Amino acid sequence: MSDVHLISLVVNGTRHEVAVEPRRTLADVLRHDLGYTGTHVGCEHGICGACTVLLDGEPCRSCLIFGVQADDTAVETVEGLAQEGKLNPLQEAFTEHHALQCGFCTPGFLMLATALLRENPAPSDDEIREAMASNICRCTGYQSILEAVRAAADAAGEAHRE
Amino acid sequence: MSAVGRSVRRLEDPRLLRGAGRFVDDVDRPGQVWMRVVRSSSAHGRLLGVDADAARELPGVRAVLTAADLQPVPRIPVRLGPFDEPLDDFLQPVLAAGAVRYVGEPVAVVVADDPYVAEDAAELVVAELEPLPVVLDAARAVADDAPALHGAGNEVTTLVRAYGDVDDAFQRAAHVIEVEVDVGRHTAVPLETRGLVADYDATLDRLVLWGATKVPHFNRGALARMLGMDERSIAIRSCDAGGGFGVRGELYPEDFLVAFLARRLARPVKWIEDRAEHLVATNHSRQQRRRLAGAFAQEGELLGLRETLWHDNGAYVRTHGVVVPELTLSMLPGPYRVAAYAGRAHVALTNKTPCGTYRGPGRYEATFARERLLDAAAAELHLDRVALRRRNLLEAADLPHHRALPVLGHDVEIDVGDFPSLLDTTLERAGFEAWRREAREQRAAGRSVGVGLAWFLEKSGGGGFERARVDVDVRGRVRVAGGGTSLGQGIETALAQIAADELGVEVPDVDVVLGDTELVSSGVGSWASRSTIFSGGAVRLAARATGELARRVAGELLEAAAEDVALRDGAAVVAGSPQHRVPLGEIAAACDPANAARRGDDPGLGAARTYVDAPMTYPYGVHLAQVEVDGETGGVRVLRYFIGYEVGRAINPALVEGQLVGGAAQGLGGALMEEFRYDAEGQPQCTSFMDYLVPSAAEVPPIGTAIAQDAPSPGNPLGVKGAGEGGVDGAGAAIASAVEDALGISGAISALPITPERVRALAAAAPAGSLPVSAGR
Repeated sequence: MSDVHLISLVVNGTRHEVAVEPRRTLADVLRHDLGYTGTHVGCEHGICGACTVLLDGEPCRSCLIFGVQADDTAVETVEGLAQEGKLNPLQEAFTEHHALQCGFCTPGFLMLATALLRENPAPSDDEIREAMASNICRCTGYQSILEAVRAAADAAGEAHRE
Repeated sequence: MSAVGRSVRRLEDPRLLRGAGRFVDDVDRPGQVWMRVVRSSSAHGRLLGVDADAARELPGVRAVLTAADLQPVPRIPVRLGPFDEPLDDFLQPVLAAGAVRYVGEPVAVVVADDPYVAEDAAELVVAELEPLPVVLDAARAVADDAPALHGAGNEVTTLVRAYGDVDDAFQRAAHVIEVEVDVGRHTAVPLETRGLVADYDATLDRLVLWGATKVPHFNRGALARMLGMDERSIAIRSCDAGGGFGVRGELYPEDFLVAFLARRLARPVKWIEDRAEHLVATNHSRQQRRRLAGAFAQEGELLGLRETLWHDNGAYVRTHGVVVPELTLSMLPGPYRVAAYAGRAHVALTNKTPCGTYRGPGRYEATFARERLLDAAAAELHLDRVALRRRNLLEAADLPHHRALPVLGHDVEIDVGDFPSLLDTTLERAGFEAWRREAREQRAAGRSVGVGLAWFLEKSGGGGFERARVDVDVRGRVRVAGGGTSLGQGIETALAQIAADELGVEVPDVDVVLGDTELVSSGVGSWASRSTIFSGGAVRLAARATGELARRVAGELLEAAAEDVALRDGAAVVAGSPQHRVPLGEIAAACDPANAARRGDDPGLGAARTYVDAPMTYPYGVHLAQVEVDGETGGVRVLRYFIGYEVGRAINPALVEGQLVGGAAQGLGGALMEEFRYDAEGQPQCTSFMDYLVPSAAEVPPIGTAIAQDAPSPGNPLGVKGAGEGGVDGAGAAIASAVEDALGISGAISALPITPERVRALAAAAPAGSLPVSAGR
């Protein structure tokens, strides 16, 4: 197939230009063209959410977006969360609360929670549960994920008050 | 402070949280091509031919392979016994030859430069089929006039397992209670689909595979035989794996095909299953129908059990052979004193995806049946459900308790336990009486709330061996290379804890590499809740031997007797003289080849050991549930859930809790949501997550646990029992018990999953006004 488009996108602050076929998904562009393999593909039909990234700040299923649609956007992936080699407070909360087992869904949950806490820094437990119900985890039974997001929100709230 | 017994942070987390894990689709090899499987779209048909001309002409296509290119067509071998059953006639060919027998069966494979092109080309391959009648029900499949899938028929075997005098038990019974129950067709649905990358060096005839995580050494041997290669010319490197639960890492047709094509094309070949494929191609499990009768004395004493079951194994026998129906029979009596038992399992083939094990195989199914029977008996005999179970639970005086029922080659021998005390602890910790009271009050207020419980017996480990090698490098870092594989359960962390204690280092000073056939020459793998017992046992031995060597060499360096040297804080220290110390890294440096040879040692500060022959150990537990039923929508909401589990000894309590809670979530899925359905022609109706429903955070309640360590296993030096499957075992039974309590209709729930359709049908049949509509929450 020779119908190839040149797109330009910023991933975790780094600008990339890449030639893609129109049918190539953003998930494949990120993973296989640009090497951001932290974004995982679990179902390719938008249900499981393992491929969740932030597209111009909004959580989206990168398996349901074509690369060409991400032209001229800013994408955030799990690789952008740790700062200067250190896990960020949300990632710390996940390991502290045993919120991951196999870790395959984890990047999607981290990005989903990142978006939630930016939009709503002090969510209620029900709001956390409702937001996290967008993605599927098959290992943990979810409670530890909800607790980790709760803890990250509370810690950020306390830091803010101080 | 000892690392074992503490909930230390997981070693696996930092890489996984950064997105820096290496899953199979993260592996790329230079020059690799992509494989795509062409699958049967028909459930049963004579395969007259495969037209691949159009696919071959598509630019970018490298090869198309059909059964005609593989003569003879290899069949997937059986990995697990019983091996006395003749199964060869029912094994799956790696590509369909002569007939297709389920939707999703591999018919051909396409290899192309790009995965998108491979998928395009696969769509162009046409299988010429002459339709044959289908059979979709196990009991129907074993009837004489059923359409036959195989020349040898549809009944693989009839397993008979029994002990004691069952006829006498039923003659003496004051009450005979019988139930007929169905468990639906589920699968594990790990969040990562399967995949494999094979790289082949034609000059050396050397094959390297990434992604076969679970039983890499078995897969290496099987592939070597199927490919006609020397086993030593194949290396398998496990990757991070997005969940296993029994289905991942078995040898499937695709595993052979990827390896075969890499060799034939002399190029790296990559295959990543998509989710639609996964739901028809990866092992299904669970589907059984059974009739179970219990003989009870006047006061509720269980005298005997008798059952007949029909096990639906799908279209072929795969690597698990007939172990699932055997486990179902052998685990049926469970944690109770049952003097006599007779079970018969018809193992039937149907035009559906073949089956294998899924977390808690045989236990989920048997527990559902047995606990349904006990609930029915409690209702019939007007006994309290808890009291009836308490009356029949095994007691200290009964242990060890032998049953002439084989499990993986050995009779059931329930080693140790205190079942009544776990019941008391669990009921109290959960506050079960308060749950009950609350349910009664809610029912009085017009809501359908109920509570339920289920006891289960679990099995763990048993047979085989595992090897481990421990090495300390000149920086003092410890590396553990072991058998067993990392599937998300946290085994790397548990093994590091064991090694850290033996060597006097901290857990983060330990690196763990698992499932690499180059580092560990042989192994059995991660299944049957065996890894902590076997890999843990091997790591303990290897680390202990390494520690002994370290003390001996340190003694020479410090001019002290080895027995006066202790290992702590990353160093060897002379007793009573803490200033006389030498760091582990310096000891390792003193174990260079020349110095080691002068001492008569092998080079390096390290040791390899094998741990063998721990007997099967039998953990056990109880699940408690409180649910609310909405009579109008048929929806069941799980309000509260609690698991009590005896684990012997918890290396890392947080990991045990994670296994129990995660297992329960899967069990709730099977209880309420998950089911593969087929239409009358055998077309699968659940090939996406819109139709095969797995629980989300909205459906899974907080799940409490009581992890008991009152009965360490006497059969292994760590005293551990597996933790991987107890979370799922009792979930179907406990939810059924609670739903029935909520509905107030004894015997109402006889099938899993308890879907809204089934609940609405019950509600429709119930007397008017008996089933209130929930007010919602």
